[in-house]
Amino acid sequence: MSRRAQPLRLGPGPVVRTVIWVVLGAFFLIPLFSMLEFTLRTAKPGVYSFDRWAAVFGGETTRYDRVYQGLGNSLVLAVVTVAIVLLVLLPTIVLVELRFPKLRRLLEGVCLLPIMIPAIVMVVGLAPTYAVVTSVFGSGAWTLAFAYGITVLPYAYRAIQSNVAAVDMTTLSEAARSLGARWGIVFWRVLVPNLRRGILAASALSVAVVLGEFTIASLLSRVNLQTSLLLVSQSDPFVAVIFALLALVFAFVLLFVVDRAVSARRRVAKGS
Amino acid sequence: MTETIAAPAADAAAGVASRDSRRQPSSAAQPPRSARGRGRRRGVAAALGLTPFALYVVIFLAVPTLVAVGSGFVDADGRFTWANLTGLAEPAIAGSFFGAFWLSAVTAIVGAVAGAALCFAMLGSRQGGAARSLVDSASSVLAQFGGVMLAFAFIATIGAQGLVTVLLRNTFHLNIYANGVWLYTVPGLILPYLYFQIPLMVITFLPALEGLRPQWLEATATLGGTRWTYWTRVGGPILLPSFLGSLLLLFANAFSSYATAAALVGQANNIVSLQIRQALISETVLGRANLAGAMALGMLAVMVVVMLAYSALVRRTARWQR
Repeated sequence: MSRRAQPLRLGPGPVVRTVIWVVLGAFFLIPLFSMLEFTLRTAKPGVYSFDRWAAVFGGETTRYDRVYQGLGNSLVLAVVTVAIVLLVLLPTIVLVELRFPKLRRLLEGVCLLPIMIPAIVMVVGLAPTYAVVTSVFGSGAWTLAFAYGITVLPYAYRAIQSNVAAVDMTTLSEAARSLGARWGIVFWRVLVPNLRRGILAASALSVAVVLGEFTIASLLSRVNLQTSLLLVSQSDPFVAVIFALLALVFAFVLLFVVDRAVSARRRVAKGS
Repeated sequence: MTETIAAPAADAAAGVASRDSRRQPSSAAQPPRSARGRGRRRGVAAALGLTPFALYVVIFLAVPTLVAVGSGFVDADGRFTWANLTGLAEPAIAGSFFGAFWLSAVTAIVGAVAGAALCFAMLGSRQGGAARSLVDSASSVLAQFGGVMLAFAFIATIGAQGLVTVLLRNTFHLNIYANGVWLYTVPGLILPYLYFQIPLMVITFLPALEGLRPQWLEATATLGGTRWTYWTRVGGPILLPSFLGSLLLLFANAFSSYATAAALVGQANNIVSLQIRQALISETVLGRANLAGAMALGMLAVMVVVMLAYSALVRRTARWQR
C-alpha cells in the first residue's frame, strides 16, 4: 500500500469492494432471477417459454379476475392513502411549523409512533374500530386506507419534514402575506411548490408501502394485491409470481424515477 | 431518497439534525394591541386546523392501540381479569416469544453486519449519482418487500423444486434438505428476513457513515495515524452508537414482522405474531381473542424497551453532530 503517495482512503480497497458487491449482489439477485425462471418453466424440465407472460398481458382469460380485483383495490387504496397524507398530514406539518413550533416534537413523536406499534398489534384493536367504520362509511375496499394512512405516517412524515427543514417557510409565508396573499394562496402557490420534493417522495413511498401491505388486509379479511396473490398462488402459482414480479418492478421504477427527479432538482437548486 | 425513508434513524444517525437552525416564526410574536382580538380569533382558527389530524390519529392510532392492549385485561364477558396475562406464561406462548426473540436477534445481527459492509463498499460513491439512486430505491423497495412476494421468491429459490435447490442437487449432488425441508420452519425464515433486514440497514446506516467528516480522517493522517488507527480509534467509536441503534431498529423490525412468516410458515405458530393470528382467528377456543390482547401487550412492551434503548443511543450519537 503506497500510503505516502496517496491520501488516506476511507472506503475499502478494490478487492474487498468487489467481494462485498458480488456476495450481496448474488444474495439479492438470485431470488429475483429464480422467480423469473419459475414463471418461464414448462412441463418439461429445461424447456422455457413466455406463454404465461403472454397470457397475462394478453388478458384473454378471466382466470386472473381475482388478482385484478386485488390490484384494483390496492391502487384505489394507494390513491386514498396519498390523499390522506396530502390533505391531513401535510397541512398539519405546515401549520405546526408556522404557527405552533412548540408542538413540533410532539408531532414528530406521534408520527414516528407507528414504527413502534407492530401492524399485528394494531390489527387486534383495528377489528373493533372497523366495525364502527363500516357502519359509517360502508364496507368499501377503500376504507382500509384509514389504517394505511397510519402505517405510512412515519415514512411520509420523514419525507415531508426533511424538506420542510430545508426551506425557510416562515420567511416565504411572511413575504407572501406582506404582498397581500391570503393563507390559501400562501399554502397552494408558495409553500406547496417549495415542498414538491418532499411531497413527491412521501407519495411514492406511501404507494410502495400500500402495494406491499399484507398483515392488516389479511386479518381484516379484505382483498388487496397481496392477499389476492396469496390466494391465487394456491391454484396458479406461476401467475401469482408474475404479478409479484410486476408489482416489485413497478415500485422500484416509481421510487427510482422520483429519486432521480428529486436529486436532479436538488442539483439545479444548488446551481451546480 | 435515503433521508426520507424508514429512518427515524437516518436523521439522528446521520446527525443531519437541523432543529437548532430553525427559527421561531416571528409572526407568532406579540401582535400589536389593536390587532389582538383578531389575532386571537386567528389563533383559534389555526388551532382548529390541527383538529383533523388530531382526530384521525386518535381514532385510527390511539383507539386501536388502547383497545388492543385493553382487551388483554378483560375476559370473554367483558369483566376485568388478569387471567390473559398469566396465559402469557403458557409454554406455547412463552416459547413463541422466545422464538421471535432469537429469530429477530440473529437476523438483526447478521443483517446489520452485512448491511454495514454494503454501506462501507458504497463509501465514495457520489451523492445524488445514478448508482446512489439505484441503491437507495432498491433498498426502500426491498425493505418493504416483506410478506407474500418474499415467500414466493424464496420458494422459487430454495423451495423443494427451487432453482438453487435443484442446481445443487443435480450438479453438486448436495441435498440441502437431506434432513427434511426447513424452509417452512422458523430457521427457514432467517434468509427471507435478511432479504429485508439488509436493505433497512443500508437505509438507516448509510447516512451515518456519510456523516463522518473528512477532516477527522485528515487529522488522523496528519498525526501519523493509519487507516487502521482511524477505524479503531476515530471512525469506529463515533459510528458505534449509530450502528447499535440501527441494530436495534432491525431487531424491532423483525420482531414486529408478520407477513413473511404468515405466508411461509403454514400452521405452526412458533413466533409471537403468528401466535396472535392463531388467537384472533380461532373462535373455537373461548377467551382466546382476549389472549391476543395480552400477547399484543407483551409485544408492545418488548418494542417499547427496544425503542427506548434506541432513542438513548440516538441521543449519544447526536453528540458528534454539532
